[in-house]
Amino acid sequence: MTDAIRAEGLEKNFGKTCALAGIDLAARAGTMLGVLGPNGAGKTTAVRILTTLLQPDGGRAMVGGYDVVTDAHRVRQLVGLTGQYASVDDGLTGTNNLVMIGRLLGLSRRDSRATAAELLARFDLSEAAGRPVKTYSGGMRRRIDLAASLVGRPKVLFLDEPTTGLDPQARSDVWDMIGGLVTEGVTVLLTTQYLEEADQLADDIAVIDHGKVIATGTPDELKARVGGQVLEVVPADLSRLADVSAVLAGWTSNTPVQDPSGRRVTIQLSKASVLPGIVRQLDDSEIELAEFSLHKSSLDEVFLTLTGHHAEVDGGMAGTDTPREPELAGRAPGGTQGSTR
Amino acid sequence: MTAASLGSTGSVPAAPARRVSVVTGLQNSFTLTWRSVLKIRTNAEDLLGLSLQPVMFLLLFTYVFGGAIEHGNVQAYLEYVMPGILVQTVLFATLGTGLMLNQDISAGIFDRFRSLPIARWAPLAGAILGDVARYVISVVVTLGFGVVLGFRVHTNPVAAVAGCLLVLAFAMAMCWLSALIGLSVKTPQGVQVFGFIAMFPLIFASGLLVPVSTMPGWLQAFAKANPVTLLAAACRGLMVRGAVAVPAGESMLWALGLVLVFAPLAVRVYRRKT
Repeated sequence: MTDAIRAEGLEKNFGKTCALAGIDLAARAGTMLGVLGPNGAGKTTAVRILTTLLQPDGGRAMVGGYDVVTDAHRVRQLVGLTGQYASVDDGLTGTNNLVMIGRLLGLSRRDSRATAAELLARFDLSEAAGRPVKTYSGGMRRRIDLAASLVGRPKVLFLDEPTTGLDPQARSDVWDMIGGLVTEGVTVLLTTQYLEEADQLADDIAVIDHGKVIATGTPDELKARVGGQVLEVVPADLSRLADVSAVLAGWTSNTPVQDPSGRRVTIQLSKASVLPGIVRQLDDSEIELAEFSLHKSSLDEVFLTLTGHHAEVDGGMAGTDTPREPELAGRAPGGTQGSTR
Repeated sequence: MTAASLGSTGSVPAAPARRVSVVTGLQNSFTLTWRSVLKIRTNAEDLLGLSLQPVMFLLLFTYVFGGAIEHGNVQAYLEYVMPGILVQTVLFATLGTGLMLNQDISAGIFDRFRSLPIARWAPLAGAILGDVARYVISVVVTLGFGVVLGFRVHTNPVAAVAGCLLVLAFAMAMCWLSALIGLSVKTPQGVQVFGFIAMFPLIFASGLLVPVSTMPGWLQAFAKANPVTLLAAACRGLMVRGAVAVPAGESMLWALGLVLVFAPLAVRVYRRKT
């Protein structure tokens, strides 16, 4: 089976700004590719090219076996797109929006109505079906956007930051719905700035930064690339954080990182065999420990290692001091979770 | 991979077509026309604006200018100005076309349309066809309120309807200019500004509200050639009295010219819009 999405050397400039500096992407049919990167990395530009909204300056891309430039109309028959720029009509009701799209796709009036009702039920919007979309909450809005992209039963679905700006509950709802689609055999390309989202949902991940793919692999492979494991140490007496750092620095070539909140020190370890030595030396230095844990690197740590900066500048989930959401673990389908902690 | 190999029972045909047929394109346009009309129904403010504006203009012009221009004979002025207000109202209503296109683009609805396998020109055609409904509302309200104020058709109903159709035809030509503005500028405010800059000279430097003969010579030259003057004169001829054939023919020539110039420009900007 060939790739449902394949991009080779895509380039795009906006004036003097280089949005894509030659990226390669591939998504196997029936899987989810997570495209991970900070704001301005080129994620949206890539999606817009792959969904025929934008012409590339260089390179080529195939979706469902068709060239996105020379066979754009065929590609449009296969894809669905959800992004904040590809929206629904605020002034129309949820039902009418979906009926309109059904009619545009050539469904009969009756089939359009039936499909609309079915999708609204599936996305838990039946009660709001008769209300104008402008009265919807953020989460409902994103669900109707998602529903709108599914009216044509796309084989390939592009989700451009489908959960940005949603609260955790709404986000996990959207995650459930996306996961369900992959189980049905839809190929999904999901862009996100949320490392967790890619980790939880995607089969493969492409990390992009400044218009380039800087790493690809499964979430586990990516984590393994950074040495695999992270040791996290919290001293009982926080004033001794610097001493902890000093001890840790002696055991690997990596640099210990002090959490911005000043509560813990983390360090990348390539092998676990140094642990006993570290424990002994901390003990010798009379540093009492509140917490001492080893875990696989999170994608944020991967990102930091690959790019030299954190994944997300303007706050949110990716900051090191943001609590992760263990209650979401295990919800995500696709079977890639469970490797972090 | 082909679509069929996934074995889904979806609505998309197994072998996707390479192009959209004209018939499908027209169906797409009508669906989008339906959307525009639906929006008028649900947007109370737009509907109120469409209705109140002609009422306001009729009242203002009839009673503020009426006395001065026709030496106190308000009724005589109403007969003169009524067809003019009709033209003016519908011309202002064409700004809505540009506004709606502009909003659709900034709200991302156009990108949704562009990602769908529909005719590329359908959203534009749908927007313009849908606006005809708005123009019809304007015409009906203006005429209706004119009658309340004392305006009477002196010719016959068929001629009056023909006058309305003439105005509608001209509006459909003018809305391409509006569409061009709406597609070219970044914000709805921009549409208003540029729209008014284009509309005001056309509307006021014309025989719409006052006879052209009262203007200085250089302005008369402009006003006499102004399609709005011609259109208002034709309308006056069809509803009250006066020549019809020449101004009607000339105004429709203008309408054709406007379409020939602005429709390709608007389509060009629309195609390049990404």
